[in-house]
Amino acid sequence: MNFLEIQGISKSFRGLKAVANASFEVPRGAIVALIGPNGAGKTTCFNVIAGVFAPDSGKVIFKNKEIQGFRPDQVCAAGIGRTFQIVKPFAGLSVLDNVIVGALQRERSVSSARVFSLSLLTKLKLDAKKDLPASSLTLPDRKRLEVARALATRPALLLLDEAMAGLRPTECDEMVGVFRDLNRADGLTILLIEHVMRAVMALAQKVVVLHHGEIIASGTPAEVVRDPAVLECYLGEETEV
Amino acid sequence: MNRKAVLLLCILGIFLLILPKITNAYVLSVATLILFFAYTGQAWNVMMGFAGQLSLGHSLYVGVGAYAAAGLFFHYGVGPWAGLWLAIVLCVLLGMLIGFLAFRFSISGVYFALLTIAFAEFTRIGFDHIDWLGGPGGLFIKVAQRDKMDLLNFRGPPAMYYYAILALAAGAFILCFFLLRSRAGYYWQAIRENEEAAQALGINVFRWKMLAVAISSGLTAIAGVFYAFYYNNLFPEQIFHISRSIEIILGPIIGGVGTLFGPILGAAVLTLLADGITELLAAMGLEFPGIKQVFYGVVLLLVVMFLPHGIWPALAKRLGVAR
Repeated sequence: MNFLEIQGISKSFRGLKAVANASFEVPRGAIVALIGPNGAGKTTCFNVIAGVFAPDSGKVIFKNKEIQGFRPDQVCAAGIGRTFQIVKPFAGLSVLDNVIVGALQRERSVSSARVFSLSLLTKLKLDAKKDLPASSLTLPDRKRLEVARALATRPALLLLDEAMAGLRPTECDEMVGVFRDLNRADGLTILLIEHVMRAVMALAQKVVVLHHGEIIASGTPAEVVRDPAVLECYLGEETEV
Repeated sequence: MNRKAVLLLCILGIFLLILPKITNAYVLSVATLILFFAYTGQAWNVMMGFAGQLSLGHSLYVGVGAYAAAGLFFHYGVGPWAGLWLAIVLCVLLGMLIGFLAFRFSISGVYFALLTIAFAEFTRIGFDHIDWLGGPGGLFIKVAQRDKMDLLNFRGPPAMYYYAILALAAGAFILCFFLLRSRAGYYWQAIRENEEAAQALGINVFRWKMLAVAISSGLTAIAGVFYAFYYNNLFPEQIFHISRSIEIILGPIIGGVGTLFGPILGAAVLTLLADGITELLAAMGLEFPGIKQVFYGVVLLLVVMFLPHGIWPALAKRLGVAR
């Protein structure tokens, strides 16, 4: 049995098929990347897993339990944390308080949540900014905060929606290091949507390619980038000149 | 809260405790009014300031609370200490009904505010038709004898009412202080800042919003009971009127929404200035009906323009105390 199993999920918006009969698995302890051109249905796929939408059909099985149709807070309680593509910090709260909100999911008291949150902020190199309001952070820091907050809920599976978008290459490499460390040291399973191929190639053990809501390829990063169907959907059909 | 803030609070507390000994009846009545609005403002702040749910119909809870306790007293001679519980239960149920309708069917923001107004308004009209509670002609309970103290029925001299509302305001302040530092406070603020992100972090948004509404409406019900026994007369046209709801929310907005001291400071500033102006004009032999409303408008305008977060956050910075 797989850790996370997506079985034939479909989701339409007013007749527009965003995801059509998509199936893939995420094994325990793996880092899997979900890639595809804009509008391929990646974020919809994520939102179905995270409980924002119920799928029209299909199943989401996490740790042998069907979770499709759960509310987002129930999905979080089941052990899936997520970040948002467009970061959503609690702007008026301090950086530390942002993380404490997440930590309270598993911690009994505010004081123990604070201790745990401080350790996460150190891990994500935000400890120097813990007392600043989240609204004062730069974009790279907001992305880190988004990750720290999701990690605070102690997820077994972390969903990252374009966590590297907008980061400079060095910042991107730093984040790759953080995720690799979380994966190796803490056994965190990660499913990520990513456009930054530099990060995908460095992190993912398996890549799933979505195009027009359908899965057109999956395999190791090296296999996928050579796949003609993948090349076609990104670059167009090859023609003789 | 740092040491300076605690010191300021102690000075304020002592001043308020000895106030009845050092002033006349007029000042005491103004102080009672300030504390009344500080208390209701604090109650409203739980919903709006903490959890981000804008209620423009808090007069509903003042009115229902007042009528519940006054009705029991008037018809059955049941004292306010018992009537209080009926008032709280009724208001919490009403608040949760409104909350359920709004949060279950995703009515939020301005539409939620409209829903709260609608409930207050149709309750006002409804009470005009309840003859048992006096209808539009009003409900009158026996006026307190000023010299005799009857704590059991909450009848007594002005100082008794003053101390009662002081205790309520202090109690609400302490309650909010602890709420804000508890799990509920963190969750409410998260919901206020971004509901979607709050939900993704495992917060059952519906449940915690309902808790905010329940606490806010229950606290406001107590203010209603106080109102009934302090003023001894109730008219639907007055107590449920939207201008009452506005009066309740002006204090915290001017003082600072979401802060602990904002509702207290706002109530003091508004009541003192409004009464001061009325007094000043009267002393000059001038009388302008409705000058208070004009004045509220001007103050609100100035605060929104120059101190959009309210007076308290700016003042706290100046004084060097924590917000």
